[in-house]
Amino acid sequence: MIQQRYVRDNKDQGQRILLASLIAGAIFFVLLTRLWYLQIVDSERLVELSEINRLRFVPVAASRGAILDRNGRILVGNTPSFSVAVVPQEVKDKDALLASLAGYLGLDLAELRQRWDKGKGRAKYYPIVIASGISRDQLEFLEENQLRLPGIDLEVKPVREYPNGTLAAHLLGYIGEISEQELDAEQFSEYNSGDYVGKSGLERSWERFLHGVDGGRQIEVDARGRYLRTLRETRPTVGNSMVLTIDIDLQKAAENAFGDRAGAAVLMDVNSGEILAFASNPAFDPALFAGRLDPEVWKSYLEDKRHPLENKALKGQYPPGSTFKIITALAGLEHGLIDEKTTVVCRGSYEVGKDKFNCWDKKGHGVVDLKRALRESCDVYFYQLGERLGVDRIAEMASRFGLGEATGVGLENEKGGLVPTTAWKEKKYGKKWFRGETLPVSIGQGYTLMTPIQLTAMTAALATEGTMYRPHLVKQVVDPDGKVLKEFKPEMIRRLDIKPASYRLVKEGLLAVVNEPRGTGAAARLYEVKVAGKTGTSQVVKMRDGKKELAYQYRDHALFVAFAPFDKPEVAVSVVIEHGEHGGAAAAPVAGAILRSYFEKKGVIRKPVPRSAKEEGEDASPERERQEEKQQ
Amino acid sequence: MIDRRLFTNFDWVFFGLALLLVAIGIMNIYSASASYRITGLPFHLKQLSWLGAGLLLMVAVCSIDYHIFEDLSYWFYGAVLLMLLLVMVVGRTSMGATRWLHLGFVNIQPSEPMKIVIVMTLARYFSRFGSQDGLGFRDMGYPLLLVGIPALLIMKQPDLGTAILVLLVAGTVMLFVGIRWSVIATGLLAFIPAVYLGWHYYLRDYQKNRILNFLNPERDPLGSGYHLIQSKIAVGSGGIIGKGYLKGTQTQLRFLPEQHTDFAFSVFAEEWGLVGSLVLLVIYLLLVLWGLHIAGRCNDRFGRLLAVGVTAMLCWHIVINIGMVIGLFPVVGVPLPFLSYGGTSLITSMTAVAILLNISMRRFMF
Repeated sequence: MIQQRYVRDNKDQGQRILLASLIAGAIFFVLLTRLWYLQIVDSERLVELSEINRLRFVPVAASRGAILDRNGRILVGNTPSFSVAVVPQEVKDKDALLASLAGYLGLDLAELRQRWDKGKGRAKYYPIVIASGISRDQLEFLEENQLRLPGIDLEVKPVREYPNGTLAAHLLGYIGEISEQELDAEQFSEYNSGDYVGKSGLERSWERFLHGVDGGRQIEVDARGRYLRTLRETRPTVGNSMVLTIDIDLQKAAENAFGDRAGAAVLMDVNSGEILAFASNPAFDPALFAGRLDPEVWKSYLEDKRHPLENKALKGQYPPGSTFKIITALAGLEHGLIDEKTTVVCRGSYEVGKDKFNCWDKKGHGVVDLKRALRESCDVYFYQLGERLGVDRIAEMASRFGLGEATGVGLENEKGGLVPTTAWKEKKYGKKWFRGETLPVSIGQGYTLMTPIQLTAMTAALATEGTMYRPHLVKQVVDPDGKVLKEFKPEMIRRLDIKPASYRLVKEGLLAVVNEPRGTGAAARLYEVKVAGKTGTSQVVKMRDGKKELAYQYRDHALFVAFAPFDKPEVAVSVVIEHGEHGGAAAAPVAGAILRSYFEKKGVIRKPVPRSAKEEGEDASPERERQEEKQQ
Repeated sequence: MIDRRLFTNFDWVFFGLALLLVAIGIMNIYSASASYRITGLPFHLKQLSWLGAGLLLMVAVCSIDYHIFEDLSYWFYGAVLLMLLLVMVVGRTSMGATRWLHLGFVNIQPSEPMKIVIVMTLARYFSRFGSQDGLGFRDMGYPLLLVGIPALLIMKQPDLGTAILVLLVAGTVMLFVGIRWSVIATGLLAFIPAVYLGWHYYLRDYQKNRILNFLNPERDPLGSGYHLIQSKIAVGSGGIIGKGYLKGTQTQLRFLPEQHTDFAFSVFAEEWGLVGSLVLLVIYLLLVLWGLHIAGRCNDRFGRLLAVGVTAMLCWHIVINIGMVIGLFPVVGVPLPFLSYGGTSLITSMTAVAILLNISMRRFMF
């Protein structure tokens, strides 16, 4: 039985093998038929195609999307730029061609050679860009002489244009040719070398949306490689544009207020988290990065001790100085350690053990309560409060405000600042926290670090009494047809659990800072709108001997945070002036100017009428206007 | 273990066919990459070093009696399936697909060994459960599950070419075992809604585009249709006797995409013409027929099914790749055994050959 089955099985299997062989043979026969068709029947046509196969594929770069301000005014647009490319396949005498191009364009021959070599690995019909950003005159000249320069290809492509010059340079960022490392990265898997990508700022962080889809032309050229006709074309798709929360006018006002001083300012709508101005000074010129960056300019940027390439609003981490007293005060109030009546006697310094901690005013403030401590920024009051609180309770209050972590503003590499705790120090240095270290922390010195965005976010949360919106810069992403792809609505990220009375006390203190006699922030006062703010002066180096003039890089940073209007807060602003020495003297006027321009724009404050307008207007008598203003 | 009879029974013809193909492959890779500017070792030398590794592996595979694979097949299956799952979790992504598993010193692509392991697994399964009058619905459930899970995982990566290959190879083995006509008819009927659902819910856009561009290459002459058009021009312009070694204009001017890997056959056909292609096809056909012959000579059911499955794997690779570059199938990334550059492909093909040699030389050991 088994024997029988075995035999039958084997016979059956033998047939199957035969069948399988026949099927395999048949399939191969089909392949062969097809080959016969291609290589004999259709061969003539295909041979011809291969001979005239000078079908070239020329990529057409897509325009990047524009970046607009909140009112649709252009911050970054595009403008056509002309470039010369060379198609290696059609070049007869490479050296002669490059030499004559160098001559016509007034460029360095070695540089052209270098460009040529960069394109070597690619297909020989693929154009290599030899020089970009040539002038219209040069373009016309080359067009006329194209016959004598076989193999050149003149291209028009869009490049970035910055109608406002250096305005918001750090925020916008710049673009540049994709680097080797970037080409290897996954996110750039569909890019080719020679493509332009965002290198910093929004251009980098929002590359995915801005880039667009490159198109291409399939063109036919004759045996000498000259263009005959375009066979097919896929149009590039323009990238999406972005509508920012930024207001060009306010951005300008913020940047102008700095003059040539280094620093950062962030102005934010407290009721939505929309950032209206995001300034980092001094700026660089983003247009210079799109083409060949002049080494001299690059060097000057690198050597400038004010660090123009650094985005200070995003990545600058500063000791918050006395602006941090907002946090210390709230912690004290919430833990019931102080109330509005608690007083401290300031004699100009405070001693813990052997260490003596000075108040900024060595004469001392005398008897101070919370309001006065804030108004006059008495350090001794907060030393004592901080000592009673301990560093961890201060840190706990700071982290309620989200300090110590990045706010998620929508730009890469945002810094998170630092809120020290005993556990942090243990981990970082393996050492215990000393009681004496708490004192500097309570006045925003020591290890504590904050970014300008965090300073603004903290002030905004105080203004709204605990409702924190995520600070953001992008309002909408709009596709080329005008369809809104993404809309960024205000996002409430925290609702702080702090007693309303605590907020009120601190806010009143901040109102006094700006509006009462002996307040440190009087320079930010606006007569039409009630401003509340806090000054800060943060030490860069610890030891100061007397009144001797310090070198620039050792001078104190000047800070100021403010919100307005006091009764119904709309905006919060923070200003950091690097090495500006005094918060009240250097930063407060800048904050004041920014707030003034905001309220001027809103129409709450009348703009001073320019002289030319006065002459044009018939009955615009300035005296009368001023009288009307007073009546209101 | 090492029996003298093993040497006398060594299938030199089959081994020779495989080596001949590798030699043609390396010669062809040299031409295909002649226009490349390469940093590091040139491709044909790299392929040569892969050949060395492949030969060592062949010796190893041949020295083990293939009946051991019968006992180990489920373990292999489990291990490779686990690797496929790991790829999903911690795989390395390149070009939008996650196929690689990083094992410290070496990167492996578990979908490759799965091609062979699935054959072993099915051979093992059907060596115990086969029925005289063909497989019915009930007999199909378990083996379909065995094939379906890895196929789905591979498709998810996404690697449509390999997934289709696994399914085709498994299908071939099952057909060889015998399936009832009623099951085949039902399968064909179910195919239509499956295609519909797959198209609408499963395939990614780029995969759909490949299929659409295959059906109508003019649809996207700049994108993926471009590859097909240029490949057809290359093959067709080769004519009867070809343009000559290293003289293919399509190849040397680099109109062909991935000409040293997936489109290696276009390079060969352009430079050697119909005559060369015919010779190459005949060698490939001989290889396949010899593989089936080995299966026919084998006396145990496991060995026979294993031989059929492994041969089917080689055969489908050849047919799909060549069919693809001459415009019979859509462009799916399936390499041509022995001709395409790439260590993974060469090692898989040589392992397949080694398994067949193994079965062949132990045909009298039963």
